[in-house]
Amino acid sequence: MTPQFLGRPMFDLDDYSREEIMFILEATKGMKEINLREYKKIPTLRGKTICTLFVENSTRTRMSFELAANRLSADVVSFQASISALQKGESLQDTVYTLGAMGIDLYCIRHSSPGSPQLVHKYSGKPVINGGDGRHAHPTQALLDIFSIWEKLGDLKGLKITIVGDILNSRVVRSNLIGMQKLGAKVTVCGPKTLMPGNMESVYGCRVEYDLATALYDADVVMGLRMQLERMGEGLFPSLEEYSKHYVLSKDTIKYAKKHALIMHPGPMNRGVEILPEIADGMQSVIVEQVANGVAVRMALMFLILGGKA
Amino acid sequence: MKILIKNANILQGNKLKKTDILIDRKKIALIANKIVKIADRVLDAKGACVFPGFIDLHVHLRDPGQTYKEDIVSGTRAAAHGGFTAVCAMPNTEPVTDNIASVEYIQLRAKEHGHARVYVVGAITKKSAGEEISEMATMKSGGIVAVSDDGKCVQNARLMLSCMRYASNFNIPLIIHAEDYSLAGKGQIHAGKVATQVGLSGISGLAEEVIIARDIMLAESAGAKLHIAHISTARSLELVRQAKAKGLPVTCEVTPHHLVMNETACLNFDTNTKMKPPLRSETDRLACVQALKDGLIDCIATDHAPHADFEKEKEFDYAPFGIIGLETAFPVLYKHLVLSGLLSLERLVEALTSAPARVLGLPGGELQIGKAADLTIIDLKREWEVNSQSILSKSKNTPWLNTFLPATVMWTIVNGKISYSEAEHE
Repeated sequence: MTPQFLGRPMFDLDDYSREEIMFILEATKGMKEINLREYKKIPTLRGKTICTLFVENSTRTRMSFELAANRLSADVVSFQASISALQKGESLQDTVYTLGAMGIDLYCIRHSSPGSPQLVHKYSGKPVINGGDGRHAHPTQALLDIFSIWEKLGDLKGLKITIVGDILNSRVVRSNLIGMQKLGAKVTVCGPKTLMPGNMESVYGCRVEYDLATALYDADVVMGLRMQLERMGEGLFPSLEEYSKHYVLSKDTIKYAKKHALIMHPGPMNRGVEILPEIADGMQSVIVEQVANGVAVRMALMFLILGGKA
Repeated sequence: MKILIKNANILQGNKLKKTDILIDRKKIALIANKIVKIADRVLDAKGACVFPGFIDLHVHLRDPGQTYKEDIVSGTRAAAHGGFTAVCAMPNTEPVTDNIASVEYIQLRAKEHGHARVYVVGAITKKSAGEEISEMATMKSGGIVAVSDDGKCVQNARLMLSCMRYASNFNIPLIIHAEDYSLAGKGQIHAGKVATQVGLSGISGLAEEVIIARDIMLAESAGAKLHIAHISTARSLELVRQAKAKGLPVTCEVTPHHLVMNETACLNFDTNTKMKPPLRSETDRLACVQALKDGLIDCIATDHAPHADFEKEKEFDYAPFGIIGLETAFPVLYKHLVLSGLLSLERLVEALTSAPARVLGLPGGELQIGKAADLTIIDLKREWEVNSQSILSKSKNTPWLNTFLPATVMWTIVNGKISYSEAEHE
C-alpha cells in the first residue's frame, strides 16, 4: 500500500511509520537528482503557494525551504516576525487568518514555542511542515540526517549512532531519536548532566552517557550539536573551554568510534567548541552534504503533501 | 419566604437517607421524614441529593480590573451553578486587594449583586510585590478571612518571617502559593517525562517543596497559622505530614485538576492544561488522592482562574496559567474519584463543605436546623454537557469543555434564597 501523505501535517516523526519514513527517503533520492541538474526546476507544484512563517531567526533553514519550494515551481511568500513583535502586535491566530485569506496551501513554520505548528494547522486548516518548534521537534532536520546516513551506510538497522552536546536544548536530538530508532538504529546521547533532560532512557529508550569516550565507543555515526553560546549565562556549565575539554569531537576523541564513522553536525558549527576543524573538514565528515540533502528532503515532503505530479 | 424541599436524599455517614427539608427565611427550620407544611415554594428533589453548600477557599473573581475575564456577578453565578454557596476571593485583582477600600468594594458588590457569599482574602504584601507588609490588621477589621499573595510568592525569607509574625499578632491565617522563582524559572509544565518529550520548559516539584519547607519552618517560629494552597507533589505532602505530626497549625488544599489529571494531559499542547502548579506525575497525583482520602489534605479548592479565549488561544509558552473550576469541580470529582471507587461520597462532600469551613473558621458546611440555609441540590445521575453555553463563568478555559459530566446541580440556595435553578438556566 502506498503511504498517504496528501494534506497531512508534518509535526514530528512520531506520527509516521517506518515504512512512511522510508517512502520519504526514496522520494528524497529523486529530488536530489533534480538538484544536481543544470536547470534545477520541475513544474510539479506550479500554482501552489507555500508560506515560510518564521517567528525565530534562521536564515539557513528558511532558505532551504524556499529553495525547495522554488525548485518545485511553487510560489513562495515569506513571513518573518520576532517573537516580541508577535506578542505586542497581531497574534499568531490573526496572522494565520490573514495569511490564509491570501490563499496559502502549505505552511513551513519555525517558532520558538513548542506546539506552534499544531496551532498554525488548527487555525489554517492547511498542512504544515514543522521547521523547528522550540526544543520540541525538527523533523526535516532529522529526515535529512537519516537520509545522509542511509545514503552512505544503507539500512540503519543495528547502526550505533552517538549524538553529543547540549541535549537539553536540542530539538534535533528529539526528532532524530524518534526517526533513527524507528529505523532500528541504536542511539546514545552524551553531554554534561546539566544539559541532559531527565528521563531520557524511559521516554526515548535510548542510552545516556556522560563520558564522551564511553559514548563514542564503536559508533558508526557521530553527531555533534551546536553549543548555543547564549546558554553561557544560565549556570549550566562554567565555560566553553571546560565544556570543550570534555566533550569536543577531535581526532583524539573520535578514535574511540569505528574507524570510518560518519561525522555529522546540523550546523551552524562553533569550530573549536564542540568540534575541531580537523574533524569537521575531514574525510569522514558529511556536514556539507547534509545541507544539500536538506533541500532535497524538503522538496520531497512538499511534493508528497501537496500531491505533486511525478 | 418558606421553601420546602421534598424527597431529598441527604448524607448520613456514607449512606443516603430520604428526608424533607423546610427553609424558613434565612434558616433551615426543619429536617424531617415527611414535612407537610405550606411553603411559598416547593422543590421536588426526587432522585437528587441535598448537600451543604460547597465552600471554595480559592477563587479568582478578577474584579476589579479584569472584568472581561470574570466579575463578582458572573463568578458567583458560576459558583452557584457548581453548588458553591461561598467562595474566598483571592486578592490578585487590579489593583491588588491590599487595602481596606478594596476589601469593602468586593464585599459591597457581592452583597448587592452576588449569587454566593464572598469572603475576601487580602494581600500579604503591598501590591503582592513581596517587598512591604500590607495593612493586614486594618483589612482584618474590615472582615478579611486570610491573607495571601496567591499567584505570587514572597521570595524574601526575612520579609516572609516578618509577615507571619505580624499576621499571627492579629490572628490572620496565611495562604501560601509555594513557588521558588529561581527553580520554577520559565517553566511551563511539570519537569517530568512529558516536558522532556515535548520540549517545554519544566517546573520542578522542588520549586513548590523548598518554599513549603521554608514556610513551615518560618510559621513554626512565628507561631503563624499556615494554609498551603493547591498542593501538588508527593514530597510536599510529606512535609505537611511532618508538620501536622508535630502539631503545627498547618493545613492544605488540593485542586480537582491535580486529583484527576497528570502531566500527560499536556501532550497535545492544550493551553487549558497549563496552570500553576503544573499537572504533575501520576505518582504525585495518586499521592494527592491518597492524602485527600486519609485527611492529610484538608480540603478541595478549585483555584478558579478565568482567562479569556483570546488569551488562551496562543502559543503554549505565551498563554496565561490557570483554568476555571467552580462549575466542574464536583461533577469531575464525583465521576473520577467517587464513581471509580477511589473516594467515598461522604469524604468528597466533607472536603468541599465542613473541611474548608474549618480551615479558615468560616460558618456553614453543615445541614443543621437553625443554621443558615446554604445548600445545593444535585442530581448525581443526570448528565450535562460542559460547553460555552452551559458554563456561566465569563471565561470558558476548562479542559472539560465539550465533554459530558454526571451530577447536574438542580438548585443552589444561599441564605434561604434560590441563587441557581437548573430550570431557569435552560
